[in-house]
Amino acid sequence: MEIALGEEAEASERALVLRARAGDRGAFGELVTRYMRRAYYVALGLVGSHDDALDLSQEAFVRAFRARASLDPDRPFYAWLYQIVRRLCFNYLRDRKTRSSRLEQAAPWLMDEVGGRMAESDPARSAERSELRERLEVAIEALPEREREVLVLKEFEGLRYREIAELVGIPIGTVMSRLYAARKRLAESLRGVL
Amino acid sequence: MKERGTDVGAERIRQLMMRSLDGELPAREQEELERFLAADPALREEWNRLVRLKEVTQSMMLRKPPDEVWKDYWASVYSRLERGIAWILLSIGAIVLISYGAWTGVQQLLANVTTPWFVKAAILATLVGLVVLFVSVVREKLYVGRREPYKDIER
Repeated sequence: MEIALGEEAEASERALVLRARAGDRGAFGELVTRYMRRAYYVALGLVGSHDDALDLSQEAFVRAFRARASLDPDRPFYAWLYQIVRRLCFNYLRDRKTRSSRLEQAAPWLMDEVGGRMAESDPARSAERSELRERLEVAIEALPEREREVLVLKEFEGLRYREIAELVGIPIGTVMSRLYAARKRLAESLRGVL
Repeated sequence: MKERGTDVGAERIRQLMMRSLDGELPAREQEELERFLAADPALREEWNRLVRLKEVTQSMMLRKPPDEVWKDYWASVYSRLERGIAWILLSIGAIVLISYGAWTGVQQLLANVTTPWFVKAAILATLVGLVVLFVSVVREKLYVGRREPYKDIER
């Protein structure tokens, strides 16, 4: 998954953005359809539950439409949308932190093994994988939000450092530092099962 | 290892490890990392843990929601947009109606000769207070907000 688009896709997106900026809901709908999955998954990675991710990503599109006058047709739409998604998610996480106790906030993380639930013939091995996944979910949930963000963009969005730096608005060195800090915490949390 | 002891050296090694894990390290720098790892058993142990962690995270993905989510997604965003406009219209209408009703009531009270003087004075005080509050809020939004040096800092 990348932020940069091919020339043709870029031209078509630019046309859509210009129409959406003028208030064309059909064009905006096409942009929504194009980016809904990325917006949803990045929100899911940040807040950890399906319902919240769906709600926050949809709210981000609503706010994007209201703020369409500030859309720059020469910049990737997703980079602009991402700023709205992350701000909504961070605000939501802060509210959740102040509202509820640590136990309550541990939302069920929605993670699966690549390729769906792999048929594991050995029940012991299957239980081990399941425990590992659960511990990883809890460990990611406990990461500071800035570290979690970079980890999600790297591991689940599959972005390169340069792209993460552009999206988040930080130097590449900081991307690596946050990633290292996140991984170190995760490795600590999974000590014994890794 | 001597270089690892310094902040700059430690930072450099961390960056090499991250870039190597994520496949963004050129061969020449990979050799540099290998030299660091060969010289420091603790670093090698940390590296091995990070490699295993990478294998685990690579084998996981965020769970896919049901397909219906994508079918209804735009419709749901569209409904929210519509509801937003409805709320704005409702709010504007309610404010106008309430203001008009209040103003008509106030006018009747002020025109009525039997209304006690203190009620008229209270009405006047309320109106002046509202105007002062309104002007103050608008001024703050227009002038103070514009000159706020930290307004762009994300909270």
